[in-house]
Amino acid sequence: MSFFIASSPHHHLRRSTADLMRLVLIAMIPGVLAQWYFFGWGVILQLILAIGVALAAEAVCLLARNREPSSGLRDYTAVVTAALLAVSIPPLAPWWVIVIGTLFSIVIVKHLFGGVGHNIFNPAMAGYVLLLVSFPVQMTSWLPPATIAQELPGFWDSVRVLLFGFTGDGYSLEQIRRVDTGAMLDAVVMATPLDHIKTELAQGYTLSEAKSAIIFQGAAGTGWQWVNLAYLAGGLYLLKQRVITWHIPGALLGSLGLLALIGAVFAPDSLPNVDIHLLSGATMLAAFFIATDPVSAATSTRGKLVYAALIGLLIYVIRTWGGYPDAVAFAVLLANLCVPVIDQYTRPTVYGHHEERR
Amino acid sequence: MSAVQKYSGNDADIRLWSFPGGIHPPERKAPANQAPIQRLALADEFIIPLRQHIGALSEVQVAVGDHVLKGDLLSAPGIEHGLPVHAPTSGEIIEIGEFPLNHPSGLSGPGIRLRSDHLDSWGERKPLADYQQHNHLEVLEHLQHMGIAGLGGAGFPTARKVASAQGIDCLIINGAECEPYIAADDRLMREHADEIVRGSLILQWLTHAKSILIAIEDNKPEAIAAMRNALAQANENTLATQASELALKVVVIPTKYPSGGERQLTQILTGKQVPANGLPADIGILMHNTGTAWAVCRAIDHGEPLLERVVTLTGEAIRRPCTAWVPLGTPVQHLLEQVDFQPEAQQRVIIGGPMMGFTLPHLQVPVIKTTNCVLAPTRKELPPAGPEMPCIRCGACADVCPASLLPQQLYWLANANDYDGLKAHHLADCIECGACAYVCPSEIPLVQYYRQAKAEMREQAIEHHKAEIARQRFEARQARLEREKQERLERHAQAAKAREEALAARKQQPQASDDGAPRTPAKPDANTDPVASAVARAKARKAEREAARAESKESPAESATEAAPPEDPKKAAVAAAIARAKARKAAKQKDEDS
Repeated sequence: MSFFIASSPHHHLRRSTADLMRLVLIAMIPGVLAQWYFFGWGVILQLILAIGVALAAEAVCLLARNREPSSGLRDYTAVVTAALLAVSIPPLAPWWVIVIGTLFSIVIVKHLFGGVGHNIFNPAMAGYVLLLVSFPVQMTSWLPPATIAQELPGFWDSVRVLLFGFTGDGYSLEQIRRVDTGAMLDAVVMATPLDHIKTELAQGYTLSEAKSAIIFQGAAGTGWQWVNLAYLAGGLYLLKQRVITWHIPGALLGSLGLLALIGAVFAPDSLPNVDIHLLSGATMLAAFFIATDPVSAATSTRGKLVYAALIGLLIYVIRTWGGYPDAVAFAVLLANLCVPVIDQYTRPTVYGHHEERR
Repeated sequence: MSAVQKYSGNDADIRLWSFPGGIHPPERKAPANQAPIQRLALADEFIIPLRQHIGALSEVQVAVGDHVLKGDLLSAPGIEHGLPVHAPTSGEIIEIGEFPLNHPSGLSGPGIRLRSDHLDSWGERKPLADYQQHNHLEVLEHLQHMGIAGLGGAGFPTARKVASAQGIDCLIINGAECEPYIAADDRLMREHADEIVRGSLILQWLTHAKSILIAIEDNKPEAIAAMRNALAQANENTLATQASELALKVVVIPTKYPSGGERQLTQILTGKQVPANGLPADIGILMHNTGTAWAVCRAIDHGEPLLERVVTLTGEAIRRPCTAWVPLGTPVQHLLEQVDFQPEAQQRVIIGGPMMGFTLPHLQVPVIKTTNCVLAPTRKELPPAGPEMPCIRCGACADVCPASLLPQQLYWLANANDYDGLKAHHLADCIECGACAYVCPSEIPLVQYYRQAKAEMREQAIEHHKAEIARQRFEARQARLEREKQERLERHAQAAKAREEALAARKQQPQASDDGAPRTPAKPDANTDPVASAVARAKARKAEREAARAESKESPAESATEAAPPEDPKKAAVAAAIARAKARKAAKQKDEDS
């Protein structure tokens, strides 16, 4: 009788790309729940919309590229991209915003560069940047957190706002976003904490003055800090499951935190503190879920440290001196561009070659 | 599966290092390691490949029909350190020919078929009692004649390995046995610790090593205990006979694949790395497998050639897994029949472990010196690789690579056939341990890609070598042609000079003709002067020949016609003129060239 021929190794750790992606999705649950609690149903609707569009776009792309669509769809990479984009955009942004962003992410950034494993940019962040520069109004229309909002639209109102721009009672998104500050006659449209600080500091207020606003109930902005902590929890789960290593989140948070600390020491009243940098905006999402995207990140251990530290630095620089309140997407894309160089110069010394190096 | 009891407790003065990467696949040493090493029924027929190891082929010393006894020489040791082969049991030589090899290639090779008489009677054995009374060369020669080769990895002839190692500080006896399933060394250490220690001391004596470290992974507590006992006894005895400062230690190392790799174990025990293109001997280390030490002891103390080894027979398709003493040359078919092998559809039979072993296409191959395991897993136990998915650059492979390579980079380069890139990323330092492919979430058969790329690079190197030789040959030929051309031109120059002299001499005679062929002797009617025409013909012919030789490689036919002797002096004169013109052209050409 003849036997089956196979190449060694004959044993394999049964953990596929799909398993890894599923774990990433599971780890996102706490963060999504926090966003749902503070910003309402919008985030869930965006997720559903994004995942649906992403899967359809993935299938069409795979067919167009003569690939078996089922294998590509089963690896969950498109779902993860869609989910990351969906949680990054304002929850009640019009439906076409997320559709355009997702299509761009999947079709242009991912498949036109060769599909899974070949994209040089993080698809979700490239999509986000496209949306941010194309539709700045829609992309900055964040809702006030539930704890201070006058009224947070329910499920059906969220659907209506997403699709038509108005709730059942005829309130526009602009009106929903108003917050009763108590001090003034009229309610004001509330910006995100980072946006608020940026505007106030630019107008010459001190940090403590800026932080007296109603959104700063808590350390780094009510709602936002809990969302960040929830993503931190999910990230720790990923670490524990060994889906990611500590290097990228560690170096990113380390460099951002260190720079914030230096800033806080030298200019305590004109630069945001460590807690604001770490627990506001998309910091934790970036550290554990976005920068850790293996495809567009550096590969060696040292390379990962450099790459993530660079993202931390860029986030700090853009937040402090750039034109945008948050900077994760730009920082990640700029770091993606540096990956080939980082990889080139952070190659580990191969066994037995120590003497050659120096 | 119950957790394997781990053993710790090294001496305080032993410091362990670590190597980067590594994996922890399920060990699955049980159930094969549970029972003592068995003796299975002797096979009816044995196939003894003449080439079992690195080294030149040895010459057959028996003929078909010869009756041989166990341990008799079947082939002489080769000139270039080839090892002899011996009869694994007594019986009759029934065939000398080509047989399938126990090799990943599945190729055939020369071998000897022996029919057992089931008496298993020994031939003459010549122990080297009191080996210390002999000089090293005699002992090494004895080991060579006993066919001792490394039982761990590549089957390198032991005597050659020992002889080529100079300035050895530390002898490492490798009992790590890090690959899952394999329990041959484990059982051997449990049951034959004394002989392993004795063999280690012989190797130490041969190498002048100052210390012996016996490294065992902590998942083999019984083997560790047995070796410690044997060492304690040996220490008492050897202190009297050998250098008293000799350090003899069992070192327990953490279980991690591939800690049993020569380079990895060196790093664990010494913290030093073997230079990339070097050997452990370059940093004062010599490593032998426990089985090799055992074989050395048997060869010296009992005069037994290497005739049998411990083979692990395991995997769920084998109903009675065990370790067994297997005479070399036993067909795998026979072995599996003894342990109730129940093959399923698409059964794999693996020689070696699940990480580095290779599959057999059929079972008609013999057990050889390096066969430490026959693994017959079910599909459930070791599922075959799934479809290959795209690389997501996750870097898990780089994290586990014990050589600190960048496997995914190598994979891209191998796919692109970028051999220079592969060289720059040190593909040659890949030990093919399989850790990268084991963890790859996309199930990319990385090792297979590397093997292929390595083979292609080897091929390319051979091609390059051939091309280099061809180039040298071509350049040598060009130089020769150039030299010949120079000589020719010199001859022309001399001829021209002679001609001028002749002309000058003729000018003094008033009847000089100017018929356009000054070299032709000046006679009013050449036809009437046979001597002159003959001289002209001869001269012309010589010029023709010169010209023809220069032209011959371009058109031999043309030169043949040109070389035909001219019929009359006029023709000869014309031909001579052509030849001169050609010579001038060649000279001009040469001037231009230079």
